[in-house]
Amino acid sequence: MIGQAEFDFLRALIRERSAIVLEPGKEYLVESRLLPILRGGGFASPVELVARLRREPRGELERRVVEAMTTNETSFFRDHHPFEALRTRFLPDLIAARRPERRLRFWSNACSTGQEAYSLAMLLTEHFPELGAWDVSIFASDLSREMVARTTAGSYGQLEVNRGLPAAFLVKYFERHGTSWQVKAPLRKLVTARELNLVEAWPALPAFDVIFLRNVLIYFDLETKRAILRRARQALRPDGLLLLGSAETTIMVDDGWERLPAGVSVAYRAAAAVRRAGAA
Amino acid sequence: MRALVVDDSRAIRSIIGKTVKELGFELLEAGNGKEALERLEAAGTVELVLVDWNMPEMNGFDFLVAARQNPAWKDTVIMMVTTETEMAQMQRALDAGANEYVMKPFTKDVLHEKLQLVGLAA
Repeated sequence: MIGQAEFDFLRALIRERSAIVLEPGKEYLVESRLLPILRGGGFASPVELVARLRREPRGELERRVVEAMTTNETSFFRDHHPFEALRTRFLPDLIAARRPERRLRFWSNACSTGQEAYSLAMLLTEHFPELGAWDVSIFASDLSREMVARTTAGSYGQLEVNRGLPAAFLVKYFERHGTSWQVKAPLRKLVTARELNLVEAWPALPAFDVIFLRNVLIYFDLETKRAILRRARQALRPDGLLLLGSAETTIMVDDGWERLPAGVSVAYRAAAAVRRAGAA
Repeated sequence: MRALVVDDSRAIRSIIGKTVKELGFELLEAGNGKEALERLEAAGTVELVLVDWNMPEMNGFDFLVAARQNPAWKDTVIMMVTTETEMAQMQRALDAGANEYVMKPFTKDVLHEKLQLVGLAA
């Protein structure tokens, strides 16, 4: 059982490094996420682990602890409806607008093991064959080095390919290697994964047409949410789209956005006044 | 909505059946493909069939082929639920008219996500 002093230290550490807020009462979560590190590192207790973290700030152990606390489960075509809205409503308009330049840039944030990025790659390939002749790329980023490596590999176990992935896509876009299934090379080429911490300085990025920032903001406090949304707006092209998780919104957080509802899904675009100010 | 769970193992029918009921379906059961065809005949409208591949008397694939020959069941969603994980088997099932394919073992989330794909869950 994790003690109060250790929980408080870890809570402060996670908040400082990732801006993720762990409320009191989340001790069980911290314990379960840290168990593999405790066992793997031969630590007798959380007290020992925290003692080492105090001695070695910014070390490898600290990186692994922050990663363990911030990675989340995902599935292909998560929630289903945002991808339907993209296919039927948002992408046709966006593709029409980009036809002169034939270039599209997507960003899958907090990409975890990469299912969102590859869901998008499959959707584009399956439903918009004209993009095969365009310059299309999907940038996938995550705080965790391990998740970035997994996204790059694009290789999944049976439980993962069972989740949300149409069987017809599994057969068409994956190849089997023993007990795992790997996304085929042409789709993997569309995806570039990199480590990126949303609360630290962002590297130079291309101007994006669509940013997926789904189920990310829920972990942050209001000020951090506001700062990330402001930077996302700057990273988007003026008519670019932002997609949030179904429990997330820009309302009462950052008023620089307008809502574009499509069925039960919503996309956000920089509000007209903000776009004009940017163009001026 | 009604779901027909077809598996020769009563234990597995019970596990899948529980999940299906939790997802809001009325449950029908059959122990093999032949029984499943009889259940469909008797039941009238069934929205979803979850069918194992390897079963005695009539296997799931032969059931699928037979069911797809009957125009009365053209809108019935048929999902193979099986330990068969070879890509060739999946392709064969899809070609024969299966709407989806679930590999055992699976969780309630998996089934819910598959039902979203075929328009039977929100």
